[in-house]
Amino acid sequence: MTAFWRKLKAFADAGFASWSEYRAELYLWALAGVIPIIMMGVWRQTATRHDIGMSPSELTRYFLAVFMVRQLTMVWLIWEFEQQVVTGTLSPQLLQPIHPFWRFLVWHLTERVARTPFALALLLFWLWVFPDAVWLPSLKDLGLTALGVAAAFLARFVIQCAVATIAFWSERASSIEQLWFTVYMALSGMIAPLEMFPPSVRSFAELTPFPYMVYFPARILLGMPVDLLKGFAVLGAWSLAGFVVFRLLWRRGLRHYSAMGA
Amino acid sequence: MLIQVERLSKTYRSSVKEPGLAGTLRHFVRRRYKEVAAVRDVSFGIEPGEVVGFLGANGAGKTTTLKMLTGLIQPSGGSARVAGFEPFQRKRTFLSRITLVMGQKQQLIWDLPAIESLRINAAVYEIGDAESKKRIDELSTMLEIADKLKTPVRKLSLGERMKCELLAALLHHPDVLFLDEPTLGLDVNAQDTIRTFLRDYNQRYGATVLLTSHYMADITALCPRVILIHEGSLIYDGKLSGVLARFAPYREIEIQLRDAAAAGTLASYGEVQSADGRSVRLLVQREEVTRVVQRLFAEVALEDLSVKDPPIEQIIGKIFKQGQAGA
Repeated sequence: MTAFWRKLKAFADAGFASWSEYRAELYLWALAGVIPIIMMGVWRQTATRHDIGMSPSELTRYFLAVFMVRQLTMVWLIWEFEQQVVTGTLSPQLLQPIHPFWRFLVWHLTERVARTPFALALLLFWLWVFPDAVWLPSLKDLGLTALGVAAAFLARFVIQCAVATIAFWSERASSIEQLWFTVYMALSGMIAPLEMFPPSVRSFAELTPFPYMVYFPARILLGMPVDLLKGFAVLGAWSLAGFVVFRLLWRRGLRHYSAMGA
Repeated sequence: MLIQVERLSKTYRSSVKEPGLAGTLRHFVRRRYKEVAAVRDVSFGIEPGEVVGFLGANGAGKTTTLKMLTGLIQPSGGSARVAGFEPFQRKRTFLSRITLVMGQKQQLIWDLPAIESLRINAAVYEIGDAESKKRIDELSTMLEIADKLKTPVRKLSLGERMKCELLAALLHHPDVLFLDEPTLGLDVNAQDTIRTFLRDYNQRYGATVLLTSHYMADITALCPRVILIHEGSLIYDGKLSGVLARFAPYREIEIQLRDAAAAGTLASYGEVQSADGRSVRLLVQREEVTRVVQRLFAEVALEDLSVKDPPIEQIIGKIFKQGQAGA
């Protein structure tokens, strides 16, 4: 094992140990991500009464797929990073010969592994409640979904890294993330499938990275037609752009870091 | 020189807010800032293996200087070189050679046993399994903490936690140690263990140490040399004993009289600090001490006489209280 992988493994071991200490918190986080389930209830009811182009079963399936994608692509780095900048607890990490964001990345991944069984249990529960929505994705779709989720997570993680570095200047970078999350929620397909959007809003949404972070992998999971090449290209491009901005802001931000309290 | 600092300065921009609602509104609409000079033109050098005490009152600029020397913050002016590196560039080789321990901050993961944080540090500093085990055994024995490494950090006492912090900070065997109040809040026994440990570590590995502490016992036990900083400026750099000569130009003569009635006649020998029956304490200028002692023996009926330096903490406290920058 190379020294670099040994570092990541050490972070992962500590991450798993930490998450096993915080089991209850982890499950509450998973439960807190129920916006797609709430929207599923609203849209299912609407589809039962009106013809809106998708059946209640299709809508249930869609929102359950969105629920799983959300569970697997959540990023909370900015809250942790902002707190570390404000309290100065970032300092010990800055003094180690590895970039602090590797630790954040590995901790996100370990948290995802620890959270997934609980999220899957919730998915099975909802499929038991709505048996008409049960579907069995093909192995190929599952494989592509894994790639789509990984690409969506990476894009969201890298973009949030860039936003988080604003904490070096404003110490309230999370306000920007809250604004970002509002737009993300509206345009990603979390509140409604993109088919339900007015054409102009849909066209606008497709110019942003948001639909590719939720709607795109959810459709792959459902085995629905998607432009794979375009989806991965857009996510790749946003990840790259986010990375470039992050590197620029990181270098400049460090000059503003005052290591408060530490 | 292992550490070379030339006219190092750090100025912060800090917002100013007047009290009350009007002040809050003004602060919201049009924010005002002031420049705060935390460190001003500080210069010094430290040789490899030296242990130097870095002293100053709260807010004097000690911690800011340490942050600049470790590369955590960028200096506003001047230059610093540590082990041949410019700290703020934070090169990996540089980071592998230094450590910073802050008494009030921790790097250990709060909910996990310290051994988990040590495993991370071993991997981060690329120390092999066998070597890291050897170092953990050695350092934990020196720190008398071997039986606590598998206890969650949150369940350790402050002293035990500080020892684990030191262990984590020194696992990679840095040769430059920046220690900011490493014994803060610890009981006397824990302070003593840490002092002994630091002395042993310095002797065993030839490490260079720059130490800040409010406990003079740390300084007198570990630091033959001290640097005094006041309001961001360096006011003394030299031997600890030299602080006495420079900032306390007097010594204390304690005498035991045969007859208490003689106490009233001693003002001509020096400044009477206290007179309690037959016991009298006089303050006398250093250069006058020999002459005054001879006079006392010749002219006063004494039972006992001793000459002492005033306590170092008293002198340094006085320096910082009075701000004797030009002293």
